[in-house]
Amino acid sequence: MDISTFVQQMINGISLGSMYALIAIGYTLVYGVLRLINFAHGDIMMVGAFVAYLAQNAGVPFELAVILAIIAAMVTGILTDKIAYKPLRNAPKISLLITAIGISFFLENLFNVLFGGVPRAFSAPDYLTKIIHYDGIIVPVTVIIIPVVTLILLFIILWILNKTKYGMAIRSLAFDIPTVKLMGINADIIIMLVFAIGSALAAVGGIFYAVSYPSIDPLMGVIVGLKAFAAAVLGGIGSVAGAVIGGFILGFTEIVVVAFMPDLGGYKDAFAFIFLILVLLFKPTGIMGQDLDRSRF
Amino acid sequence: MILELKNITMQFGGVTAIDNLNFGVKSGEIYGLIGPNGAGKTTLFNIVTGNYIQTKGTVIFNHEELSGVKPNEIVLKGIARTFQNIRLFKSMSVLENVLIGFHHQANYTYIESIFRLPRHFSNEKKIKKEAMVILEKFGIADLADTNSSSLSYGNQRKVEIARALATNPRLLLLDEPAAGMNPSETEDLSNIIKKIKTEFGLTILLIEHDMKFVNNMCDKVLVLDYGEQIFEGKPSDAIVDEKVVAAYLGDFEHA
Repeated sequence: MDISTFVQQMINGISLGSMYALIAIGYTLVYGVLRLINFAHGDIMMVGAFVAYLAQNAGVPFELAVILAIIAAMVTGILTDKIAYKPLRNAPKISLLITAIGISFFLENLFNVLFGGVPRAFSAPDYLTKIIHYDGIIVPVTVIIIPVVTLILLFIILWILNKTKYGMAIRSLAFDIPTVKLMGINADIIIMLVFAIGSALAAVGGIFYAVSYPSIDPLMGVIVGLKAFAAAVLGGIGSVAGAVIGGFILGFTEIVVVAFMPDLGGYKDAFAFIFLILVLLFKPTGIMGQDLDRSRF
Repeated sequence: MILELKNITMQFGGVTAIDNLNFGVKSGEIYGLIGPNGAGKTTLFNIVTGNYIQTKGTVIFNHEELSGVKPNEIVLKGIARTFQNIRLFKSMSVLENVLIGFHHQANYTYIESIFRLPRHFSNEKKIKKEAMVILEKFGIADLADTNSSSLSYGNQRKVEIARALATNPRLLLLDEPAAGMNPSETEDLSNIIKKIKTEFGLTILLIEHDMKFVNNMCDKVLVLDYGEQIFEGKPSDAIVDEKVVAAYLGDFEHA
């Protein structure tokens, strides 16, 4: 294999990894505050991609469609929390988990009923789909743009979590919700903020996914969501840095399998999960994870 | 009266934890709440802070009824508390623990944070400065960047009180502040509590078992036994009161 193919595949790996990382952050943030694996998160990503598609179909320019998609995903995330999870704050965690699976089925089937299950072509503006040729490396512009946008968003998230009063409230919620209330903080609003941030990132991830594999369908969130979840667990669920690292590891694993072992290409998803199992065998808390009672942002 | 409790009754299922309690705390007072374990002292704190809703009766703080007000709103009205078993935000630094208490005093919005507008920075700077002032009063300013879970027990108590103070309370509820402390730590803490009381213009309601501490600190005490009020008055009178002695040591005549 020559060097340019290698570089090209590495760029693809970074791009795919960024996409997983964006979605994994939502899993990890919600887990951090509610100890809930939000299985509906992958479907919120789908909602984001779908709204971007529908808005574009209605004649809205791509950039505005992206903003609408982010808002729609945030609203969906906040509503799932308000309607489904909030009444269960004091219920056993398993009830929450089952509810999350229920919400996931609901969203998938709602979009199936409303728009049908046939995959639809997702169109993106030319400046995103353009192919760059440089010294034998051939990559679409998107694979460059995706990691850059991811980095910017990651920077904003870490800034919010570590340097603002909202981030501090989010981190403290991971320990003790009643005590946070005794600091005069409305815990429900902070939890809402967590869902909003996670869903916004998922929408961006979903649009990237739709642009890269230019098609969307109501079940697109299932496997991507599952892999992003695997990424979050791999990196140590509850840790934002871990989610990002996990996302990149998973992205690279997939690309490496497809690029360097083409015969096994069909098994790329299996490899991702084998990798997850291997890491968890040796480090059950994931790469960046610590014991459950600590904050891991 | 800054805090008034009228006919408070609290029942958990068939158990009456507090039975028709009436008392008031004057502004500027240090008021002690004592009694054997299970007498209902912490339950009373939980009612005042809105964690429990009393079965009967009313709580009036600063001429305002607190029934139905949520815990986080009660804090904003000026009541802060600490816990018997320390509940700091572990693995966050001492300074961060105190800064959380300043959440509502930092006047900036999400938007101002994300776009890094000056108001974010000026407010963060302001509350950090105020937090450091509080930590200095407790003599733990040098520990600001230390992880709160690696502090000594005595210092963790101080951080918890500092965090409560950060919410800018008028009434401070302390649940066994001296528990688990050695005599010199206890003395150090009493001095600090007296100091912050004057400097911040606080009223303090505290639960404590250490009678020396209570005697030294409190203007007035209320003794509870099985949810009933058995004595209210000066601490020095409480320790010689027959009923109080009986509640603590057992009633020999009727044993």
